Amino acid sequence: MSGFRFSHTPLEPERLRAALADPTCGGYAAFEGWVRDHNEGASVRRLEYEAFEALAVREGERILAEAVERFGVARVACAHRLGELAVGELAVWVGVSAPHRDEAFRACRYIIDEVKHRLPIWKKEHYLSGDSGWVNCERCASGAGAAATHAHPQRD
Amino acid sequence: MSAAPVPGPAVAPLYGLLLAGGRSTRMGRDKAALAYDGRPQLERAMALLQPHVVRAFVSVRAEQAAEPLRARFAQIADIREDIGPVAGLLAAQQRHPDVAWLVLACDLPLLDAATLAQLVRARAPGRAATAYRSSHDGLPEPLCAIYEPHSHAALAAAVAAGRHCPRKFLQSADTQLLDEPEPRALDNINTPQEYAAVNDAGAIPGRHITVQYYALLREQAGRREEALATAARTPRELYAELARRYPFTLAPEMLRVAINNEFRDWSTPLAEGDAVVFIPPVAGG
Repeated sequence: MSGFRFSHTPLEPERLRAALADPTCGGYAAFEGWVRDHNEGASVRRLEYEAFEALAVREGERILAEAVERFGVARVACAHRLGELAVGELAVWVGVSAPHRDEAFRACRYIIDEVKHRLPIWKKEHYLSGDSGWVNCERCASGAGAAATHAHPQRD
Repeated sequence: MSAAPVPGPAVAPLYGLLLAGGRSTRMGRDKAALAYDGRPQLERAMALLQPHVVRAFVSVRAEQAAEPLRARFAQIADIREDIGPVAGLLAAQQRHPDVAWLVLACDLPLLDAATLAQLVRARAPGRAATAYRSSHDGLPEPLCAIYEPHSHAALAAAVAAGRHCPRKFLQSADTQLLDEPEPRALDNINTPQEYAAVNDAGAIPGRHITVQYYALLREQAGRREEALATAARTPRELYAELARRYPFTLAPEMLRVAINNEFRDWSTPLAEGDAVVFIPPVAGG
């Protein structure tokens, strides 16, 4: 089964991968995003993901359809975790199967990049220091640090 | 956003006075009973007023006291006749001389909760009155204003001298003036034509919108969702209204907007029943 979905429980890459099996395909590429123990100089203890699910699922499906259209790949899927995650856990998974490896790699890269830019998903980092903060929100809000790279791309 | 001033011991309690003693001559029927969004505007105005005051009264002429809509609320009857709205305030000040009066005309159908909340937050108890400056002519708006107890002597003297206009009183008094947050919030509706235009324009607060909050905005609003009645015509106006109520730190340029689960432009007209989400900078993956 291809498609975009959220999960409140740990992602299982083997099961996700199995759904992309296709006898016409000679290549499979996947990307896994993991929870890292540091970000911008701060030690991260755990993460919390939150999403505006109704819109994110629609937009996620659009991204997957775009990948099929642009790269001519056979099957695509993406799953994103929500809720509390510990360091090392799998936060996002993207998989693509295609007749050849080149389009599989390119489609996989396209999907993860678009997911990070476009989907209404937010990440709160809890630091070892006891502080916490919404990534891309708190520093922007303080004014001087409002780097243009943190603004939403206005695509539509 | 500035924090609400902390009233010191010398600050008089705030009472509310809803002016409903007019003769509705131009409208040709009782303005207090005119329905906006299916609700008499007197009832709507009382609901806006009550959260801000210790006690709320309807100001009436003596012969209106038994009229069913007005009879539902505590009343203060005018003592003098034919001097206009100032009669209601004078009677209220005589009944309760030690309180400040938040005076509100009942015929302001575009008035929204945020505009009233901002007036109360900006109250300057050391001055005679706190009022909005009209967005039309720059003059004080006397019928959505706070009158401190010590304004009474000067007001009574002005009326005794034949000066009945409350706007002129505020111009001559020590009045704290504020800019109107919503340009049309204090437009009053006096004629059947104006009434029809306002209802046709769909501009009345009472367009029901649900707002869902996520991430940083959820924490700052202290809620996940709310249903509200608003005069905001676009998401841009709605965000400005909400930003006066909650300590939002994100400027609108940092956000995107979704209406009914689709990304939309900030100037998209809002419709009855829309579900709006303001989307903070995202960080998936």
